[in-house]
Amino acid sequence: MGDFRMPALGADMTEGRLLEWRVAVGDRVARGDIVAVVDTSKAEIEVEIFEAGVIEELVVPVGTMVPVGTVLAHVRSAVGGEARPAAPEPTVAPRAAVAAAPSPPPPPRLDAATGRPRVSPLARRMAADLGVDLGACSGTGPGGAITKADVERAAGPGAGPPPGPAPTPAPVAAHPVPASTSQEDRQAAMRRTIADLMARSKREIPHYYLGQHIDMTRALAWLTETNQARPPGDRLLPVALLVKAVALACRDHPSLNGFFTDGALQAADRVHPGIAIALRGGGLMAPAIHDADTLDLDALMAALRDLTQRTRHGQLRGSEMTDPTITVTNLGDRGVETVHGVIYPPQVALVGFGRIVERPWASEGMIGAHPVVHATLAADHRAGDGHTGGLFLAAIDRRLQEPDRL
Amino acid sequence: MTESEARELLLSALAEIAPEADGTALEGDVELAEQLDIDSMDFLNFITVLSERTGREIPELEYPRLRTLDDGVAYLTGAHGP
Repeated sequence: MGDFRMPALGADMTEGRLLEWRVAVGDRVARGDIVAVVDTSKAEIEVEIFEAGVIEELVVPVGTMVPVGTVLAHVRSAVGGEARPAAPEPTVAPRAAVAAAPSPPPPPRLDAATGRPRVSPLARRMAADLGVDLGACSGTGPGGAITKADVERAAGPGAGPPPGPAPTPAPVAAHPVPASTSQEDRQAAMRRTIADLMARSKREIPHYYLGQHIDMTRALAWLTETNQARPPGDRLLPVALLVKAVALACRDHPSLNGFFTDGALQAADRVHPGIAIALRGGGLMAPAIHDADTLDLDALMAALRDLTQRTRHGQLRGSEMTDPTITVTNLGDRGVETVHGVIYPPQVALVGFGRIVERPWASEGMIGAHPVVHATLAADHRAGDGHTGGLFLAAIDRRLQEPDRL
Repeated sequence: MTESEARELLLSALAEIAPEADGTALEGDVELAEQLDIDSMDFLNFITVLSERTGREIPELEYPRLRTLDDGVAYLTGAHGP
């Protein structure tokens, strides 16, 4: 017998609300299957199970807020009745399903991955408030997503919120108020979560900071040439090259890729950069791209597009929240030239990229106008020293000078 | 493509990448990236939608001609910009 517990979806999570069960009692599950949707203060996350078996009991009802670690469901282990819960399964590598998922299927067009109806977070909350069954809604949003309007339609003019005294006026006018309130609640909750985590980071982690200007002439020329022959859906952005260069540099310098726990550096053996993604309306998340060092640029770009879409639509998976081994922020995309990041505990490093700007650049005795990016590193001084950090930034630079080998 | 068709197409493509934005409040001559807080990934998605709907390649060199709503209308209707 095994227990499926409320996971800590990031160091910043202490409790979560169970939003949805994706399985029923008696269902057989495999490692990596998505079994539930959990609402953290930041987002709705699809949570995978890491034990194969049969769902024996759903302990926690939908809608309940419980602390991290609470048993959500009992799972009868697939490997012999009452065997030890974490019985290793020889045929499947522990994270195989998860690792396979992100080398993502086609391009951006959301969907496909989960096969369930897409529901915007706002629509989901409205449906819960109004008692609307999402399974019975037909989606008219992009990619067939169920939108707020669809939920309103399904609710019908009569099906207002229970305590509502006057069902006659147009329901559209009645709903925006509670909807926007919960939106504000979420904003506030996310702000608090970020505040707690960042305060902890600055309290506990002695950051050191390094920066290096990197000539992007070769990388951008290669990119322009590559994109020329491609339709927009297949084009690459500079961020794909930057992330790949970081991932490869992590291989060269593993002491910057991992965690500081129990008073020591625990270097990770795989490279899962967390990509800082700004949410519309405020806040940010940094979900992982699994094994980015092994993805070619096309796969990495597709993963970035997919991850950005799903982050903004609240469709991330638990492993994407828990697995990042280093964070990359590309704040330059929004204009600044330099970003000095705050490390996401218990990670030990964060790489920041500013905007790619044209600057006078001297090389081989000549001055020319070159596209230049300021790459920065914030790293945990407990886990290592600036010397290694400097080598790490130099490795990123070196990789970016050979874009065709990224 | 007429001007109003072009405008409608641009607004619907923008609505896909920035669903919370109010298209009617957009100013025609201010950069879209600035008004809608969109990044390069959003912009690429925007171009992708436009390309799929119009069948045009929209090479990167022509991205600057889609900086504002008015520019985009001129670009899509074939009127040559400045």
